Amino acid sequence: MATFTERMAPVLVLWLAVFLSGTWAVDKGNFKTCDQSSFCKRQRALKPGESPYRALLETMELTNTRLTLQLINDNNKVRLLLELYRLQGNMTRVKINELKPLKPRYEVPDVLIREPPTEPLSLLSQDENGVVLSLGAESQRVILSARPFRLDIMEGRDVVMSLNSRGLLAFEHLRMRKDTFSYKVTSTVASVWNNIKRVFSSSQADPEAEKKEEADPAAQPEAAKEEEKDEDGMWEETFKSHTDSKPNGPSAVSLDFSLPGVEHVYGIPEHADTLRLKTTENGDPYRLYNLDVFQYELYNPMALYGAVPVMLAHNAQRTTGVFWLNAAETWVDISSNTAGKTVFGKMLDYVQGSNETPQTDVRWISESGIIDVFIMLGPTPKDVFSQYASLTGTQAFPPLAAVGYHQCRWNYNDQEDVAAVDAGFDEHDIPYDYIWLDIEHTDGKRYFTWDPHKFATPKEMLQGLSDKKRKMVAIVDPHIKVDSNYKIHNEIRSRSFYIKNKDGGDYEGWCWPGSAGYPDFTRADMRDWWASMFAYNQYEGSMENLDTWNDMNEPSVFNGPEVTMHKDAMHGAWEHRDVHNIYGFYVQMATAEGLIQRSGGVERPFVLTRAFFAGSQRYGAVWTGDNAAEWEHLKISIPMCLSLGLVGISFCGADVGGFFKSPNTELLVRWYQTGAYQPFFRAHAHLDTPRREPWLFGPENTALIREAVRQRYTLLPYWYLQFYHAHRTGEPIMRPLWVEYPEDPATFALEDEFLIGRDLLVHPVTEEGARGVTAYLPGKDQVWFDVHTFQKHNGAQNLYIPVTMSSIPVFQRGGSIIPRKIRVRRSSSCMMQDPYTLYVALNLQRTAEGELYIDDGHTFNYEKEFIHRRLSFANNVLSSVNLAPEAQFSTGSWIERIVILGASKPSKVLLKTDDGQESQVEFDFDASMSVLTLRKPGMNAGADWNVMLQ
Amino acid sequence: MTSCQTQYLLMLLLSVGVSAVEVQRPRGVPLSKRQFYEEGKPFTCLDGSRTIPFDRVNDDYCDCKDGSDEPGTAACPNGSFHCTNAGFRPGFIPSSRINDGICDCCDTTDEYNSGAACQNTCRDLGRKERESLQKMAEITKEGFLLKQQLIQEAKRGLEEKKAKQADIQIGKKDLEARVEALRTVKETAEQPEKEAKERHLKAWEEQKAVIQMEKDKAKMAEVLSELDDDADGSVSVAELLSHSELDPDSDGSFTEAEAQGLLGGVDNVDSVAFESVWNNIKDKYASEANTETPAEVETTVEEVREPPSDNDSEQYPEEDIPEEEEEDDDEEDEEEDQEDGDYKSPPPTQTPDKKEDDDEGTMPPFDQETQNLIDAAQKARDAFDEAERALREVDDQVKNLEKEISFDFGPNAEFAYLYSQCYELSTSEYIYRLCPFNRMSQKPKFGGSETNLGSWGHWSGPEDNIYSLMKYEHGTGCWQGPNRSTTIKLTCGKETVVISVSEPSRCEYLMEFISPAICQEPSSLDAALHGHEEL
Repeated sequence: MATFTERMAPVLVLWLAVFLSGTWAVDKGNFKTCDQSSFCKRQRALKPGESPYRALLETMELTNTRLTLQLINDNNKVRLLLELYRLQGNMTRVKINELKPLKPRYEVPDVLIREPPTEPLSLLSQDENGVVLSLGAESQRVILSARPFRLDIMEGRDVVMSLNSRGLLAFEHLRMRKDTFSYKVTSTVASVWNNIKRVFSSSQADPEAEKKEEADPAAQPEAAKEEEKDEDGMWEETFKSHTDSKPNGPSAVSLDFSLPGVEHVYGIPEHADTLRLKTTENGDPYRLYNLDVFQYELYNPMALYGAVPVMLAHNAQRTTGVFWLNAAETWVDISSNTAGKTVFGKMLDYVQGSNETPQTDVRWISESGIIDVFIMLGPTPKDVFSQYASLTGTQAFPPLAAVGYHQCRWNYNDQEDVAAVDAGFDEHDIPYDYIWLDIEHTDGKRYFTWDPHKFATPKEMLQGLSDKKRKMVAIVDPHIKVDSNYKIHNEIRSRSFYIKNKDGGDYEGWCWPGSAGYPDFTRADMRDWWASMFAYNQYEGSMENLDTWNDMNEPSVFNGPEVTMHKDAMHGAWEHRDVHNIYGFYVQMATAEGLIQRSGGVERPFVLTRAFFAGSQRYGAVWTGDNAAEWEHLKISIPMCLSLGLVGISFCGADVGGFFKSPNTELLVRWYQTGAYQPFFRAHAHLDTPRREPWLFGPENTALIREAVRQRYTLLPYWYLQFYHAHRTGEPIMRPLWVEYPEDPATFALEDEFLIGRDLLVHPVTEEGARGVTAYLPGKDQVWFDVHTFQKHNGAQNLYIPVTMSSIPVFQRGGSIIPRKIRVRRSSSCMMQDPYTLYVALNLQRTAEGELYIDDGHTFNYEKEFIHRRLSFANNVLSSVNLAPEAQFSTGSWIERIVILGASKPSKVLLKTDDGQESQVEFDFDASMSVLTLRKPGMNAGADWNVMLQ
Repeated sequence: MTSCQTQYLLMLLLSVGVSAVEVQRPRGVPLSKRQFYEEGKPFTCLDGSRTIPFDRVNDDYCDCKDGSDEPGTAACPNGSFHCTNAGFRPGFIPSSRINDGICDCCDTTDEYNSGAACQNTCRDLGRKERESLQKMAEITKEGFLLKQQLIQEAKRGLEEKKAKQADIQIGKKDLEARVEALRTVKETAEQPEKEAKERHLKAWEEQKAVIQMEKDKAKMAEVLSELDDDADGSVSVAELLSHSELDPDSDGSFTEAEAQGLLGGVDNVDSVAFESVWNNIKDKYASEANTETPAEVETTVEEVREPPSDNDSEQYPEEDIPEEEEEDDDEEDEEEDQEDGDYKSPPPTQTPDKKEDDDEGTMPPFDQETQNLIDAAQKARDAFDEAERALREVDDQVKNLEKEISFDFGPNAEFAYLYSQCYELSTSEYIYRLCPFNRMSQKPKFGGSETNLGSWGHWSGPEDNIYSLMKYEHGTGCWQGPNRSTTIKLTCGKETVVISVSEPSRCEYLMEFISPAICQEPSSLDAALHGHEEL
């Protein structure tokens, strides 16, 4: 949400009027380009191939698990400390910091789930030009070259990745401010002195003196010029009317990575852009800086609400990843030696035997902090997911209800409205699990409170929902109204938990409530306090079935630079500059912790966040922010969520229907159909738009929407299993095709279709007036079954599918078994005990495999109490085997039906249960589609059994 | 509830069921369909799609596409379950609500296997419903009576109005005749007035001309003596040349040839010949003696436009401001331009005229005879204007009556009584005001101006009940949204009163309004009250 009501403070209204007026596109002028961000401009101006950095091999220290050595910048003699680790699971960590910084530089805490365990490194060879280290087995080596400094990671004879190969390593050391008269005098004197000194001794470490050595007489004019440049943006920077005082001066870090053989790179969300990242040579780099962008524009590299500094590189042989652990404003440049070439040009190269390998070069630039890079060496996509998961954790396992359908609107006006919408779902027989309340539910935008007139008896309302086995989410934003009658504000102020401005007072900015303070969520004690506010006796009117939505946590500051916080605001000793991108992560962390604590650690929390960082997957769900009711926005929801999934954040969705503007009926229906097959499925709408509950568009469209939502609910067992997998492995739920078909280049750039897990391929209709879609079905020697008609299609083909308004093209992979519950009820928890139907889709080998996962659906008991079974079909026997014999759980659910796709007609079917009893199962065979349906085998879903076709 | 109690309750229910005319039928089957479910005989799906053994009815597996084999379980996605609800209204629920842990049927029969602790509330509900139906019936009855009165009143009102209309039409004709007569009187009186006035004016003009001529002559003499530097009684080229302002082509050089030209081609003119010269130069001539004040000071009004105040913009990116102006309504801009134009033009006071009057004196008052004519004409005019005004008023009355008569006040004009009335509802923030067939508005309780929530549009109920909803449209525009509009939902009641106002969608209001005019004939309700009890 990013607009306002007419009843707001006049100043805000004026500002927003300006902000809102007319055009339906982002006002790009409100946000910086690289040129307007002085460090980015400075860094981007560096020329490749002129690296001043040299490794001082004599400083090398190699312990069992760690290599350290010093790097020196030959231009200014500032020394850096390089640390290199071999991490368990085929990763390498490279850390670079100043050897002796003037003051400590920020190292991002709390993102890694633990200090990554290391593996031994060994020295293979060494000479004056460099060293060669072994990265354990697999003939992996790191070659460290000394002059200029450079790292090459090799596997066999192939270079997998090179660091500083273009010489763009840059590390702006912390320094004294130069713009005082006394400094200038001393620096001139010092430079003369240094020059003299230099004649006698070359590399003695005297950091103070060395720093000034850059004023080398030989380069005097240039140095003078540089000093003038210093004044421009190094110590102060103004953007629009906002001045960033930079008391610490320049502090940017930068490093380049070369990826030979790579033409496809992915990740670094959040951008409203294609799945496959584009080269940035002719425009701005991709920007990572959490911002509340009003009416964001599609297909460009501008920053959005969240930032995950993780990039994946892929080719048919290997997948690798780079995790750049830095929470400051970051820009990522991508270039490629094949980017400009046409397919024909590439073919020509091939025919003519041109041996220029394709290569992608990536460069990361951050405003402050240190260089701390995790190089994930794959080699498969799933290896990279598990490597990244081992660093930052996996997707939080949500309560089952959160996987259902969410009905949201800014705003449901009052309790009667909530009751009426709830009743509307029953009247039209559409299931839903959560109804949401946006900011208007509060008492004057004071979070943790309720509007005394409109929501006078919240517990009654929540009880009413609970009686229907439904839940609610209420918004809690991190900006706190400055109001001495507001308990939350008073407590935060008295505990001095607010972020401070550069002068030491509490930072105040404009947001929904008017003047607001921003709690310092980077403080653990603040987060503990915040979590305690969710206790039932603190958060009045809250109940077990109330969960939380964190919005505006970039943080959004309406009157701040780029609608966010001033970079010179202070979080204790650190500047906001250092921690900006991790603020939203902490807000969600503290909120999720609060929800866990209020139930005594029993219940799984559900928290939705708009801002995020690496590791945010551990705390809940993410949505793509304030999109618009336009077909292009529907389309981009796919690559946006795919990109998030690739970097660990699986629980992703876009506002169904589009937040701004009003969708036409066709768009709304298509969006429901698409959203039903995306992990987070929530309809949402702006305050100023007409109502759009599913039954407001005539019976035909109500039926279409009902059908889409019901498809979601029938598949909940499969979705829930996917969440369980994501939680266990870090693999994305909604995944690009190349993740499963890494050797098929035809899949590398696909972004109009996707997989859910391994087994469902979805190609939603996202074109207005579509008569058909062309889906790519991957996999040579594979087959796919249309889940609606059971028609079989061969893999490795582009399949044209005629569509009507009711079509949602979805295919089940031959070789898979998918459990469904076809008795769709009011909400997910009404369906807990319902029986399963197993859809067994046979591959060409007439085998299939799948899993079944069952637990209580809402507590942390799943860690010990669950059912996890492997279902497999081979040799005409379908069997269920326990995958977790140590786990305890019993279910009333049973198997009511087994549908075998691609089957032949048996003469009889026998069921053998674990007590040894055999019984005959009735069946029905549809010869036209080769579908065998076993009628009511009836065994318990948690039991061992075999079904034999004879 | 303990299981013991449950059993007891079940027994009780069963006994109640049996004591009523309980007919054996599968769970969830309504009496009306009992004959299709015959114990022990094969069951044919109600859509005829297939036939199955009877033991597959309600065996918790869906065999029929239409769901008819599982009326009592949740097995079929499209099935429905019949609750008998003894003591209350029987009904169907989707079979997905069977055993979902939520009590849907008041007789608890939908939750026979979920462990949900449902209470049989049918008796209670039945009583309440009967009470409320009874109450409603009473209300409807009384309301319907009131409605009959309203219809009668409306009829009378309409007749009155039509009568009044006829009366007015007659009166109007008289008035029209009167206006015409007075117009003639007026015009007759105005003719002599006009002539007398013209005469008077002409006399004055002539007198003015004489005065003017004398003045001119005096001036000429004065000028002649001024020009005549050598006092020889004549003006020479040389003497003329000293007055460069007389340069005929005003090119800055006053040549002898030009001066000669002015003097009619001669070098010298005497006082008599000067008369013709004077006519050529009098407009340009500047007296030597008095340095007259130059041209009058321009009196155009300075355009006073304060710079737009932007006290607040400081805090925000100033680049945003122009955009606002750019985007904010082009129409307004046009209007502004026009206003600006008006603003710039000088006020219509003609100062030069006044000056002339001062120079030449004012026109003398009309003589008595003329004045009498004028007074008479004025009287005729006043009488005519008054008559015309009266006619206009009558016209308005006619128009209003026509409008009112032509309004759709319902099939029997039962809503006519709402016309020209207003009804208010006060909430915590606003006072809402509905003036039926006119407009709907909202006024903040604590200061602030009124907002138009829509003007009367049309009846907008469903086809079979078009008078159940009123639509008011084209209210004040909403920022970033549509124009405000209001839907009025009418329900039957004894009084005429606003019950509630809400804003379900931004700027789309919903008002609940009670009126006897919407009450239905009670007989139809009686049928509903008695016709639903199956048992």
